Amino acid sequence: MATLQLKNVIKEFGDTHVIKGVDLEVKDREFVVFVGPSGCGKSTLLRMIAGLESATDGDIVIDGKRMNDIGPAERGLAMVFQSYALYPHMTVEDNMGFSLRLAGVSKSERKDKVLDAARILQLENLLDRKPKALSGGQRQRVAIGRAIVRNPSIFLFDEPLSNLDAALRVQMRVELARLHEELDATMIYVTHDQIEAMTMADKIVVLQGGEVEQVGSPMELYHHPRNRFVAGFIGSPTMNFLPVDFQDANADGVQVTLPGGQGCRVPVNGEELAAGASLELGIRPEHLNLDDNGPMSGKIQVIERLGGATSLYVQMDHGMITVVADGDIEHKVGDTIRFGFEPFRGHLFREDGLALESLQRHPLTAINRQANRAPADSGDDQ
Amino acid sequence: MNKPRAAGRTVGGLRPLALQAPAVTLLFLWMIVPLAMTVWFSLQRYNLLMPTMTGFAGLENYEYLFTDPALWKSMLNTLLLVGWVLVITVVGGTLLAVLFQQEFFGRGIARVLVISPFFVMPTVSALVWKNLMMHPANGIFAWIAELFGAQPVDWFSSLPLTSIVMIVAWQWLPFALLILLTAIQSLDEDQVEAARMDGAGPISIFFFITLPHLRRAISVVIMIEMIFLLTVFAEIFVTTSGGPGLATTNLAYLIYIRALLDFDVGMASAGGVVAIILANIVAIFLVRLVAKNLED
Repeated sequence: MATLQLKNVIKEFGDTHVIKGVDLEVKDREFVVFVGPSGCGKSTLLRMIAGLESATDGDIVIDGKRMNDIGPAERGLAMVFQSYALYPHMTVEDNMGFSLRLAGVSKSERKDKVLDAARILQLENLLDRKPKALSGGQRQRVAIGRAIVRNPSIFLFDEPLSNLDAALRVQMRVELARLHEELDATMIYVTHDQIEAMTMADKIVVLQGGEVEQVGSPMELYHHPRNRFVAGFIGSPTMNFLPVDFQDANADGVQVTLPGGQGCRVPVNGEELAAGASLELGIRPEHLNLDDNGPMSGKIQVIERLGGATSLYVQMDHGMITVVADGDIEHKVGDTIRFGFEPFRGHLFREDGLALESLQRHPLTAINRQANRAPADSGDDQ
Repeated sequence: MNKPRAAGRTVGGLRPLALQAPAVTLLFLWMIVPLAMTVWFSLQRYNLLMPTMTGFAGLENYEYLFTDPALWKSMLNTLLLVGWVLVITVVGGTLLAVLFQQEFFGRGIARVLVISPFFVMPTVSALVWKNLMMHPANGIFAWIAELFGAQPVDWFSSLPLTSIVMIVAWQWLPFALLILLTAIQSLDEDQVEAARMDGAGPISIFFFITLPHLRRAISVVIMIEMIFLLTVFAEIFVTTSGGPGLATTNLAYLIYIRALLDFDVGMASAGGVVAIILANIVAIFLVRLVAKNLED
C-alpha cells in the first residue's frame, strides 16, 4: 500500500511562487503523470515529494503520515533522475546496491536483491561494467534498477526518457508500463511530453504556472478538457481554436455561428451564458473531416504527409487551422478545401478560458487502462 | 592558382624547420647546455678555493658526495618536506574545497582571501612567518602562548623542519584548494541528490561521491606540487639557512651550500646530477600514476 496526498502545497523561492497551492491525491498502485510546459513547477513538485526540496507550506502525506520534516532517505521513495545520476566510479552492481550498503545490508543479501532487480531489467550481463561503458538505454535501466532495489513505496521519475533517442524512448515507454504492471507499485512520473503522459498514465496532472489545471484520466483530458490550456496542451497536433458567435443555448446545446456564416449546435451546457457572450470553438485536427458540403473552407498552405495520415495547414480568413486527413488524399498546396465536423466533437470555451461542460460524457472516460482496476475517478479535484 | 601552391610546396620541406628553429634553439640553450655543463663539471676537479687543482676527476666527486652524511640527511629532509606538505595541502585542500563549496554569506570574498597566500612570493611569506608569526619574542604564536601562560616556542631552533613545512604548506594549500574547488564544482548535483535518496549522510556522500570524483584532481595536485616542492629553496634560505646543523637542508639547499659556500663546483654539480635523477624517478612514477588515473 502506498498512497500520497498533497494538501495545499506551496513552494516559494524568495518572492517567486513556484508552486501556488497544489492539492492532489494519488491512490495505491496508480501511475500518475505530472505534465506541463517547462517552468510549470512539475519537477519542483516531484522534488518536494522526494524530500529534496522543502515545502514552504502545506502537507505532504505518504501512507497517512505527514512527511514534510522527514529526510529524503526515510520517506521510502526512490527517484530516477533525468541525468540518471549514476555513480561513475562504481560498477552497475555497486550502483544498484549502494542504498543497501549504506543501510548495512549484508553482502550476500545485497547481491541477491541486486540480481533480482537486474533480472527484471535484463541487466545481468552488465553488472560488472561501469556506467561509462553503457549505452543510454542501459544507463536508464540501471537507474531504474537502483530504484527497484530499494523496494520503495512510491517510484518517482523525473523526465527519465528525455535524454534518449526517439526509438529508444518508445521502447522504454513500453518497458516502464510493463514494469508498472510487474512491480504493482505506485509511480509518479514527470514529463513535458504529452505523448508519454497519454500512453502511460492512469491519471494525468496538468500543471501550469505552479497550479494544477486539471486532473484526470488521459481520455478525460482529451475529451473533456476543463479549459483552453489543457485543450491545447493535450493532443497532437494542437487543437484548433476559432472565434465563433453565440446565438442561443437550450437543452440540446449551444448554437453558434461558424466562420463562414453557417450555424452549428454544439452539445454543451450553455445555461449561464449571457447574450452576446464571446466564445471560442475548439476542434481537434483529427476531428475535422474533408467534406465538399462542409461549413468551413480555406486554402491549403502546407501539406505534411506521414503516410498513414496527412496534416493540412489551411489558411482561413481568421488564421491558420490544422486538419488531419487520410494519408491517401490527393490535394495539393494551393487547393481550396471545404471541411466540417460532427458537432459533439466541438468544445466551446468562454472568454475566461473555461470550457463549457459537455452534455454527454465520452464513454471511454469511464474505462481504465487496466481492466482489473477500479477506474481512476475523474475530475473530483476540481 | 597553381603558382603560389607550387611555390609553397618547394619551401614546404624547409619552412617547418625554419619555424621550429627558434624554439628548438632556445630549449637547447636553456636545457641541454646547462645539463651537459653540469654533467661535465661533476666529472672535474673544480674548486674555486683551490684554483691549482684542476683536471679530470672521474667519479671522485660522486664518491665524496655519496659518502657524505649530509647528502643522505638532505635527501631525507627533502622527502619529509615534500611528503608532509603534500599530506597537509591535499587533505586540507579537499576539506576546504568542500567547505568553500557550501553557500554562505560573503563566499566570493572568502574564496579570494583563502587563495591569496599563493600570490605572495616565497621570500616574503617566509619573512612574514619568521618575523611576524614564529618569532619567539615578537611573534603572534609567542603572544598566543603567553596569553595562556605557556612558554613560547622558539620555532626555528626547536622545530626547524616542522616550521619550514608549515610555511611551505601555507603557501601551497591555496593552490590545492583552487584546483580541488574547481573540480568539486563539476560534481553533478543529481549524483549527490541520488545519494541522499539512497540514504547517504554528509559523511557517506563525502567518502562515496565527492572523494572519488576528486581523485583525478588530487593526482594532478600531487604531481604539480611535487615538482615544485622538490626544489624549495627561498623559504629555507630566508629562515633557517639550512640549520640548525643540517636540520632543514634539503637537496637544493645542499647544492647551494656546496657550490656557493664551499665553492666546490665539481661536488655541487655532482649533487645537481643526483637531484636530476631523483626528480626523474619521481616524475616517471608520478606520470604513470596520473596517466592511469586519467585513463579510467
